[in-house]
Amino acid sequence: MSDMMDDMEGGEGVVKKFMFVNRKAPHGTVYALEGLEVVLISAAFDQDVSMVFTDDGVYELIKGMNTKGIEVKDFSKTYRALEGYDIEKLYVEKASMDARGLSEDDLIVDVTVLDSAEMASLMAEQDVVISF
Amino acid sequence: MLHIVNKSATERNSLESCLRMATKGSAVLLIEDAVYAATQGSEAAAKIQSAMADLQIYALGPDMEARGMAGRVLDGVKLVDYGGFVDLVTEHSTCQSWL
Amino acid sequence: MPMVEVAGKSFEVDEEGYLTNLADWTREIGEYLAKDEKVELTDSHWEVINFLREYYEEYQIAPAVRVLTKAVAKKLGPDKGNNKYLYELFPYGPAKQACKIAGLPKPTGCI
Repeated sequence: MSDMMDDMEGGEGVVKKFMFVNRKAPHGTVYALEGLEVVLISAAFDQDVSMVFTDDGVYELIKGMNTKGIEVKDFSKTYRALEGYDIEKLYVEKASMDARGLSEDDLIVDVTVLDSAEMASLMAEQDVVISF
Repeated sequence: MLHIVNKSATERNSLESCLRMATKGSAVLLIEDAVYAATQGSEAAAKIQSAMADLQIYALGPDMEARGMAGRVLDGVKLVDYGGFVDLVTEHSTCQSWL
Repeated sequence: MPMVEVAGKSFEVDEEGYLTNLADWTREIGEYLAKDEKVELTDSHWEVINFLREYYEEYQIAPAVRVLTKAVAKKLGPDKGNNKYLYELFPYGPAKQACKIAGLPKPTGCI
């Protein structure tokens, strides 16, 4: 593990469209946290990265979490660091929010809300889709 | 009987099975990802509300808070802390975990 | 897990020498870890270390060096937010070495 790779910005190579699909609630399983870490690491490779939140995955972005009582890290704050990692394409499916009584105002970061058809075509145009 | 559910109702059918099998007068404690079911506007909210006629519904407070949902708890659902969790277990002669 | 002893108290570190519990950190522990890394701490070093601790507090991660550089430039100006300045302060990598001294885990997104 060296800092070297991080410095290889602007290197040659093909830029692919990567999509990370988040469908799990935070804390109950380790998927949400692991998925976020993979995204942060992927940022070092300068690819075209999108993050999608559907189904229970929308719960990952809820504002105002307080994890002291269950003694785990509050990684919801880390979603706000994504911008600094140049990961700015965050998409949330409207139907998933509606089914949970949630709206954009309940989320900790700015996102683009898509209807299911828009989400489907976004998925269809990716080179690589990785699901958590 | 105390029923304990820890899975999200929008991902697994544990809560649904539990509510189908729980008999009148039983208690249901929602923990971990199951707590989302007891929040306003969730798809499972209606099931919880109708179940409250026959069952006592509890949810673990620290799990609600960790998920940022403490301000959205359905009326009639009682929040308990870890001490309350232990009390529920000791008050009931049997426990069933819907894993 | 290995332990280090600072001012009569012992603290757990991982196999690479990173402090296990962020909350254990004190300035004295920072100084001890710096000595271990053969870094002599000046005000300029502390500025970066304090910046990292604030970054961690806000985002719950230790930034990759690329992200750190950019964030330092934004907060402390471009004369500090560049590789040359940061590598002079922390020759073995500003993210890794400074994070270690600041008591943070190893940076996320640092391959």
